[in-house]
Amino acid sequence: MVKPTRVTNSIRTLRFTNAEMTQAELADKVGVTRQTVIAIEQGRYSPSLEMAFQIARVFGVPLDEVFQYPHGPEVII
Amino acid sequence: MTFEEKTTWVAAVVMAAVSAVYFWVVISQLGEVPVTEIAYQPALVIAVVATVVLAIVGAILTAIGSAIGAAISAEITGNGPVDDIGRTDERDTAIDRRSGLIGYYVSSVGVVIVLGMTMLEFDYFWIANVLYASLLLGTLAASSVKLVAYRRGF
Repeated sequence: MVKPTRVTNSIRTLRFTNAEMTQAELADKVGVTRQTVIAIEQGRYSPSLEMAFQIARVFGVPLDEVFQYPHGPEVII
Repeated sequence: MTFEEKTTWVAAVVMAAVSAVYFWVVISQLGEVPVTEIAYQPALVIAVVATVVLAIVGAILTAIGSAIGAAISAEITGNGPVDDIGRTDERDTAIDRRSGLIGYYVSSVGVVIVLGMTMLEFDYFWIANVLYASLLLGTLAASSVKLVAYRRGF
């Protein structure tokens, strides 16, 4: 059931640099459960594009500062 | 643990417990009474109604417990309450959709078996009980998939 994803994120760092925002606070701002924030942070869940934009907007940064997709030969079609 | 996950646990445990009692009551009569004389109908109705009522009561108690737990946690940590109760997001919806599909497949296999039994003119006792077991297994499979998805990632 674990969804393989190559998407990484900097949410933990961004929370820390944004007045040590808690996972619960971020969840409240985005309107999701805290468990979903935890799952995204740990790379166990890839959010929808809409939620990804909402998270980036909370931190006031562009999307690719929150989520990264590494360059590499593996192309998943 | 999300509220959704807690209520899934409650519903799964209630369903497993009630059906275990039902099958124990009915199957214990199998060797003693002819199948056509086993009064499974009242027990089956009671089992279905009890499952629904207990699952609802369990969900209400879970909500109350979660609210009290959140308030105590907020008091201790000073971080304010986390209002996860009743909140569902896209991950919950995706998990629900996936688990529902698995449950549907499991139930469908049972329903096909029941269809065959009906055509072969099995006794109503077997048809009703295999049908109940199919729906039960489908629901339990859906709950299991949902709980694994919540625990191990989705």
